[in-house]
Amino acid sequence: MIRLDVFSWRFLRVWRRNLVVYQKIWKVNFLTPLFEPLFYILAFGLGFSGLIGGVHYGAKELSYTAFIAPALIATAVMWNAFFETTYGSFVRMYYQKTFDGMLATPLSLEEIIVAEIFWSATKSVGAATIMLAVLGVLGFVALPSGLVLIPVALIGGLAFGAIGMFFTGVTPTIDMFNLPIFLFITPMFLFSGTFFPVSNLPGWVQPAALAFPLYHLAELSRRFSIGTSETAPIISLVYLILFFLFFTFLALAAMRRRLIQ
Amino acid sequence: MEKILQVDKLIKQFNGLKAVDELSFSVEKGEFFGLLGPNGAGKTTTIRMLYGFLPPTAGSLQVFGMDITNDWRRIKFRTGVCHQDNTLDPDLSVEQNLLVYAGYYSIPPKEARERSAELLEFFALTHKSKAKVMELSGGMARRLILARSLINRPELLILDEPTTGLDPQSRHQVWEKLEALKATGLTVLLTTHYMEEATRLCDRLVIVDHGKVLVEGSPQSLIDRHAGKNIVEIEGPDQALKDFVRANGIEHDDLDDRLILYVPEGQDFDNTIREQYCSDKCTYRSSTLEDVFLRLTGRELRE
Repeated sequence: MIRLDVFSWRFLRVWRRNLVVYQKIWKVNFLTPLFEPLFYILAFGLGFSGLIGGVHYGAKELSYTAFIAPALIATAVMWNAFFETTYGSFVRMYYQKTFDGMLATPLSLEEIIVAEIFWSATKSVGAATIMLAVLGVLGFVALPSGLVLIPVALIGGLAFGAIGMFFTGVTPTIDMFNLPIFLFITPMFLFSGTFFPVSNLPGWVQPAALAFPLYHLAELSRRFSIGTSETAPIISLVYLILFFLFFTFLALAAMRRRLIQ
Repeated sequence: MEKILQVDKLIKQFNGLKAVDELSFSVEKGEFFGLLGPNGAGKTTTIRMLYGFLPPTAGSLQVFGMDITNDWRRIKFRTGVCHQDNTLDPDLSVEQNLLVYAGYYSIPPKEARERSAELLEFFALTHKSKAKVMELSGGMARRLILARSLINRPELLILDEPTTGLDPQSRHQVWEKLEALKATGLTVLLTTHYMEEATRLCDRLVIVDHGKVLVEGSPQSLIDRHAGKNIVEIEGPDQALKDFVRANGIEHDDLDDRLILYVPEGQDFDNTIREQYCSDKCTYRSSTLEDVFLRLTGRELRE
């Protein structure tokens, strides 16, 4: 069904287009990952930690702030990639007709879609890197082991970018993105071991949490920031890669059906 | 002559409906070729197949002697497309639109800058090169889309309704630019709803309807063949006139409240009509491509 000659390195040209656009607005976009972790650390760390005390996680006793700090990187990766390939890509595809313009050139639809997913992951990497610096300085992320999170953010970004692109391929109007956000992203944000360990959940819910890609990204983030996790990193890594490949395949099929009859 | 484009028994089906039905035509090198037809005739579908956006259901579509299904990328390297919709990138400036687009064709940055400066100059947009696309007028945006479609120095330029929605000044400016491009020997495929535009620009054209070619020829030969030399339009014709026209075998179209008479070259217009039936409601004019178009595709509304 999918032909191989539609894939080439030419997708980097589309990636580069998004970079050129981003260079105009990076000064504003740069502030979010810089300040967001600080707000969370302040709110949850200072405000909450008095109520909660310590968290037992992966055979370690952690302060609540130390527990959530690495997960903030994972959620930032998720938001950045998912928003880019849903709202961002939808606007380019539907309102700006950017893809139509590109399709008249030697680019294939597949290259455009793959480039959009990689671009979303690039934004995730950028956000994760800035947050890494902030949290590293504050002592919540161990360095240099924390630097591993940069390539991990790429893989996580690809996974969330791919599923976002899939939703873009099947969503009739831009307002309908509320649905996957409400039904998928929000529960994932809350129940992926981000704000409390999954092991605190009732036994029957735990497998559902393990299916969330954010759970595995948060696991990897903790493994390389604080040196402990519930799940073996290799399992989380393989899960995210498979998730990325699976949803990229679905996204390509959905976009092809949507744009090319 | 070298064939740049060869369409042979092309079929495109959407959910069992044939949008393009065994369409055949060809375009030779250096030709300015028109693809005309009412809405829903299959023009845009054909164009979209031409630039590899839609896969044909059956038939063959060859550009530069290569098949679109297999050699789509090589064909697209050598083709320029000026879209009907504004597909300019609103996130980029005027100049960046050209430079980024050049990137899609792997044109090196230095060369891209040279070409974009040339094209902006040619389309009188140099003063706007740093402007945002949103700030351009309709005519300027259209010229920029044209400039962008030439960034890869195409051997075939596809123009999909290039002057739709433009004011007369902008339209004439676009026509002048297109004539200048034509003079360089560029092969062009044009679709338009403006018969004046097709008459002025096209060396040869086809009129298609229901996915099939109705007629093919130069604008003038089509007018001669299908709409005579001159035309008389008579408003509110009475039955006596209609009977007279029929009895004398005058080529005509009867639209009930309007009678259109086609008068071939070299034939004098019947004086009886002039004297007996035309008091103040007759219009005498030359035949145009629009008459041909309406005669062949009918006058009822489409869609």
